[in-house]
Amino acid sequence: MQISRSIYMRRAVFSVVASLIGVVFALPLVWFIFAPFNARAELGLAIPSPFTLSNFVTVFQNSFAMHALLNSLIQAFGGVILVGGAATLAAYALSRSSIPGKGAVTYILLLFSSVVSGSAAMVPIFLIISAIGLIDTHLAVILVFAGGLLPTAMFILRDFIDAIPRSYEESAMVAGASPIQAFFDVALPVIRPGIVVVVVWAFVNIWGSFLIPFILLRKDTLMPASVAIYSFYSEAGTPIVTLLAAYSLIYSLPVIVLYLFVNWKFGFRFFGGIKS
Amino acid sequence: MASVEFQNVSKTFGSFTAVPDISFSIADGEFVCLLGPSGCGKTTSLRMIAGLETPSAGKVLIGGKDVTYLHPKDRQISMVFQDYALYPHMNLADNIAYPLKVRGETEDKRHARAREVADVLKIGDLMRRLPSQISGGQQQRTSLARALVYPSQVYLFDEPLSNLDAKLRLEARGFLNHLQRDMGMTAVYVTHDQAEAMALATRIAVMDKGRIVQFAPPIEIYRRPATTFVANFVGNPPMNLVPVAAMVDGGQLRLRADGLTLPSLPISDAIAKAAAKGKMTLGIRPEHLRMAEAGDTNTIAGKLFANENMGPESLVTMERADSGRVTARIFTDDEIRTGDQVTLSFDTRHLTLFDETGARIPAIGE
Repeated sequence: MQISRSIYMRRAVFSVVASLIGVVFALPLVWFIFAPFNARAELGLAIPSPFTLSNFVTVFQNSFAMHALLNSLIQAFGGVILVGGAATLAAYALSRSSIPGKGAVTYILLLFSSVVSGSAAMVPIFLIISAIGLIDTHLAVILVFAGGLLPTAMFILRDFIDAIPRSYEESAMVAGASPIQAFFDVALPVIRPGIVVVVVWAFVNIWGSFLIPFILLRKDTLMPASVAIYSFYSEAGTPIVTLLAAYSLIYSLPVIVLYLFVNWKFGFRFFGGIKS
Repeated sequence: MASVEFQNVSKTFGSFTAVPDISFSIADGEFVCLLGPSGCGKTTSLRMIAGLETPSAGKVLIGGKDVTYLHPKDRQISMVFQDYALYPHMNLADNIAYPLKVRGETEDKRHARAREVADVLKIGDLMRRLPSQISGGQQQRTSLARALVYPSQVYLFDEPLSNLDAKLRLEARGFLNHLQRDMGMTAVYVTHDQAEAMALATRIAVMDKGRIVQFAPPIEIYRRPATTFVANFVGNPPMNLVPVAAMVDGGQLRLRADGLTLPSLPISDAIAKAAAKGKMTLGIRPEHLRMAEAGDTNTIAGKLFANENMGPESLVTMERADSGRVTARIFTDDEIRTGDQVTLSFDTRHLTLFDETGARIPAIGE
């Protein structure tokens, strides 16, 4: 009896502590869900009364902020296509070919990539982009993101492709397929789960990034949502909480939708057809 | 169908030599097994026929045509992989029909043909399933169907049965045997399972360290193994090899080893030459040994090491004084009551002699 009671006590204490920690992390999320629907939202947590969409109406009237969402989509999609496509081809080549020192190449690239997207490189990046005359274009943002994300994407994908037996493509080629057919018919569908992971990761990265577009873009019409979110600050620099909350919710939706879509369509899993 | 020929082919990976220098030719319609332990170069050789590896030197010919540098797709070959390599995103129909798809067949035609082959292999009613939804034996037959669905010059098999359980393996082996006789296919079949090679091959190439040690029909390999390596690899259990001291005495061969009682043997020039070195290896197959009875003159004795009952037969293993082991395969319905000491007897005509280097000495009159 004595022993089991002390076990119960320990479990109870553990559960309470765990719940408290959980609540601390859940609070901002709960606020994030409630505040957009509250016309008098403040930084404190409050259940909206009355429940209103007026914040959203105001946000939708802000054409700069709305257009920024479109810009975000353009930049994110552009970056994702470039990163996804280039990383797949590069990782496939690095995995399947027998280039001497290919391991070292991948690691060095990985090392440098943290510099490219890091704030330390902002001045040189600005100078390079300005020298090639791409300042204030979507392309500049897309290229810089691709440069920063590609090495890591390649690294993740190469590991993924390394784990896939070559006999898939070999059997296709013996059966009469050219290397290109073998790649598109057999290898690509098998690597797809890996590509999906990389694509989602790249999308989230670009979607949430502030510094690079902020530095490379000038025109309001090109700014992505991560920058435009500052239009919901008053001139004194204090945030207008109601609008900020509503806009943030809209801003986070594409990422959530992407996750749901990918999970439904592809699933974050790998299906096997190789007997080991 | 076509012949296959290797002319002085070698293959190195960096500093590792997988195949030093190999030449052989396989006639049209032959079923050849490349048999050997892992790392002996048999899979590398097969992959060079397929074009999945390029030889470092030498030539590969299929149907008399030099294909050394030809891409696999242009070689008109079929291959069954050890891991089956079924495409996980395609159902069985698309998997089997894939070779026809790359040949530009229409979907109706290729699915009809795939169905035909699948029916023969008894997987016709699984055509809508994905590879992950069928059993290992069915996956194996699917990969076989994919290899058979189009006309091919040479069929290559890379240990296709090694992932099946024992019963399925026997079944698949029987089917392959039937198929080979039915189609008269030229096939090269890689395996490390000597029983598979014995059952399927018209000729076996026994390989060791990248070289072909013996290339002969199964029965020849079994009866007249060229070296102690072949003798020790083929047979279940393999041939017993007993190192013996040899000397010629009065025109007769005398062999001595712990536990061995053997009268003098007749001699030939080759035997005399080998005996001059003083050392030989005596080989005797487990099925040629029986429990000794009173009056047996040719015997070998030692302590019982293990007695395994296999159903129809027993494997009786004994350890001689020099700790060399000898296994006998004894067919009997009687329960063998083996005391500590076991004496086995044999007929001298079943003995195989190997010289000091391990090469077989031709028997008298051969």
